[in-house]
Amino acid sequence: MLSLAGLMTEKEGFSALAMGNHALARAMAEAGTAVITSYPGSPTPEIAEALLAPPEKNRGYRFEFAVNEKVALEIAAGASLNGHPAAVFFKSVGLNVAADSLIQLPLMELPGGMVIILGDDPGANSSQNEQDNRWFARMAYIPVFEPGSPAEAYVMYKEAAALARERKAPVFLRLTTHVCHARETVKFGPLPAAHDWTPRFDAAAGPYVPITTAVFPLKKRALEKLDAWAAYGEKSALNAVYKASATGTRKLGAISSGLPALCLLEAVRAAGAPVDILKLGLSWPLPEKLAADFLASHDEVYVFEELDRVMEVELKALAYGRGIGCVIHSRRGHHELMGEATPERARASLAGAWPNLFPASEQRRTLPPAPRLPQMCPGCGHRSAFHAIKQALPPGAITVGDIGCHSLGFLPPYGIGEVLLSMGHSVSTASGLALNNGSRKVVAFVGDSTFFHAAMPGVVNAASRDSDVTLVLLDNGTTAMTGHQPRPGNGEIGEKLSLPELLKTLGVKFLRECDAYDQPKLAAQLKEAMEHQGFAVVIARHPCMLKFMRDRRRANPGLKPQHVAVDQAKCARHYICAAEFACPSFVRHADGSVTVNTELCIGDGSCVQTCPAQAIGRDK
Amino acid sequence: MAFNIYICGVGGQGIGLLAAVLAQAAARAGLQTRACDTHGLAQRGGVVSSHIRLGADALTPLVPEGGADLVLALERLEALRGAAQYLKKGGQVVYYNTAYQPVSVRTGEAAYPSEEEVHLAVLGFGGKALSVNLANISDPRMQNSALLGKVAALNAVPGLPAAVIEEVLKEMVPPAALEENLALFRSPR
Repeated sequence: MLSLAGLMTEKEGFSALAMGNHALARAMAEAGTAVITSYPGSPTPEIAEALLAPPEKNRGYRFEFAVNEKVALEIAAGASLNGHPAAVFFKSVGLNVAADSLIQLPLMELPGGMVIILGDDPGANSSQNEQDNRWFARMAYIPVFEPGSPAEAYVMYKEAAALARERKAPVFLRLTTHVCHARETVKFGPLPAAHDWTPRFDAAAGPYVPITTAVFPLKKRALEKLDAWAAYGEKSALNAVYKASATGTRKLGAISSGLPALCLLEAVRAAGAPVDILKLGLSWPLPEKLAADFLASHDEVYVFEELDRVMEVELKALAYGRGIGCVIHSRRGHHELMGEATPERARASLAGAWPNLFPASEQRRTLPPAPRLPQMCPGCGHRSAFHAIKQALPPGAITVGDIGCHSLGFLPPYGIGEVLLSMGHSVSTASGLALNNGSRKVVAFVGDSTFFHAAMPGVVNAASRDSDVTLVLLDNGTTAMTGHQPRPGNGEIGEKLSLPELLKTLGVKFLRECDAYDQPKLAAQLKEAMEHQGFAVVIARHPCMLKFMRDRRRANPGLKPQHVAVDQAKCARHYICAAEFACPSFVRHADGSVTVNTELCIGDGSCVQTCPAQAIGRDK
Repeated sequence: MAFNIYICGVGGQGIGLLAAVLAQAAARAGLQTRACDTHGLAQRGGVVSSHIRLGADALTPLVPEGGADLVLALERLEALRGAAQYLKKGGQVVYYNTAYQPVSVRTGEAAYPSEEEVHLAVLGFGGKALSVNLANISDPRMQNSALLGKVAALNAVPGLPAAVIEEVLKEMVPPAALEENLALFRSPR
């Protein structure tokens, strides 16, 4: 079986069971994509995992994690301007950060072409919303390829990359979580010859500066390219009709794209339902003739989408404009605009229009009453910090969280970080909450990776205005939530940057630092910071213990695990360890006693100080 | 009809490797395989699950609710949750019998199910449950090999011989941990 590095470097073609994200990484190598960038986030981080698997000297491409998505997109764009085929990949909300530069891209001639990979997250499996990034295509004039499976993602990437280069344009390859993380057998091809790195930027190939009168010729060219994409879509094999095996009295059809189209196909085939399906692989610009012919040749057509009513509106407009009498059905009610498509949902949606098409499905069972929400890991420095901070906060304090592992602090039992907008928002949202607010303390939180990603402008702003905000910078030295990708400044990429020095340079006057395990010191520093009139920063530092323990086990294979233990003679059943500090390692038994689950405990001992009866100690 | 396997547990338990070995073995045994991991905040102690569908009529990777022929779980409460949501009538649950209490149990708001309660509930769903637990596992992240061994010993996946699972396990487990994992894999027989 091929290793991940082997998947990326095998010279000849082969077949293998592959995850969508890994298949895409191989497609990049096969397509001769020379420069690839990203900022990590679900559901696409495994693309990077595969790209980084072979040693650098064996890679035909250059891959970089950038400090944020806008920077990533701009690096890819710059490479494409030099004639190098480029790609950038994002998490579901990543494009929001890059939107400012993204909107300009289709106005430019990009000689290397550029594939922008969007990892949408219907169902909000790991995102703060389930935004439908297909809207960006309409706003930015960028065509959309929508694969529904790993094999389709592989094929479509190669086609999209070749077309993008030929047309000197950006394209979207829009994936969803369960396309990224699905596995199936993919037939891979050979790797190309080595890339020619000659920089070919030519200002005369532009114009590249969209000021005043240049805007209109650039926009005209972008619109003409869109027409060409639409013409391509009319003939492309990616847009195909799957005829039903059965026919009914009325001719029924359905239009869909991506994974929802495969859900529809599975549901229709399983029931032998007489519904033809038009599956759009190059879903925008809409191939109008193809779609109009499909509508005109059916009595009723269901538009089955996931998330927003994007194609539905366009198809209805098309039918209306061309006077096509086909009845167009679509999803009803808000619940159908939420969550991800499955074959069952496809069945339920279609049954709304055609009640007798499918047999009735069974009723659902009740689930166990104890939910299992994600939580901070045993030994996490954030838990120790939150436990100390919760006791130091005055009544009425407002806490503002940010993106990262520490977002989990809002979940029971801590309830810290009561507002969350987006990466890096916390300082500025807190600054707003603090305006003309003399009565309630405002405390913001941010992680170190997010600090570099998007919080620095907010810090500069808060420092220059001396906003009455206390910022707790939870520094675990990595991008923990998404799988420990390196961040600039932590020493893994370039030089180590000193956070305290940086904060002072940005204008921070009140600054304290401590180890997040030192709860009394952290509580005291936080109180001092909140008493300070104006902007104050406390750095609570502790390495990500998940990464720390993994690195340690790798370095010492025979490492003997360490644990804490509860002294049953001393335990007074306060349950602070199990319920308030709430480390998952503590077990609360039906008889009221508390013990330690040695499968989970890492022996960090950050809990020892939380027990008023001093019943927790090292297990010897 | 596709044969559907739903695999679940708690983030950090090694669901990913368990599912990857099974899916790879199924593909090698010549079964048409579609699989999918769901792991947004996987490493942070939440529920993680993985889906495997075998057969030509499965065009999508997620097992339908109430549609799993086999539910595999690495933790007792998750075995119950997985069975309630996914087990098909007449299906089988095989789980590793260890308990990781969620917050609601530690705060005293919810109860944690006993082994008997889990088995009775699964009978109520029209299925049957089997558990595995081995003493002396040096690293809990190897429990997945013990569960995989039980699946192999039971021939729980039609058309997937134990020898193929073992062959793939040998290729996917890091060499340093292979010997112990193999011993655990072979022990339930």
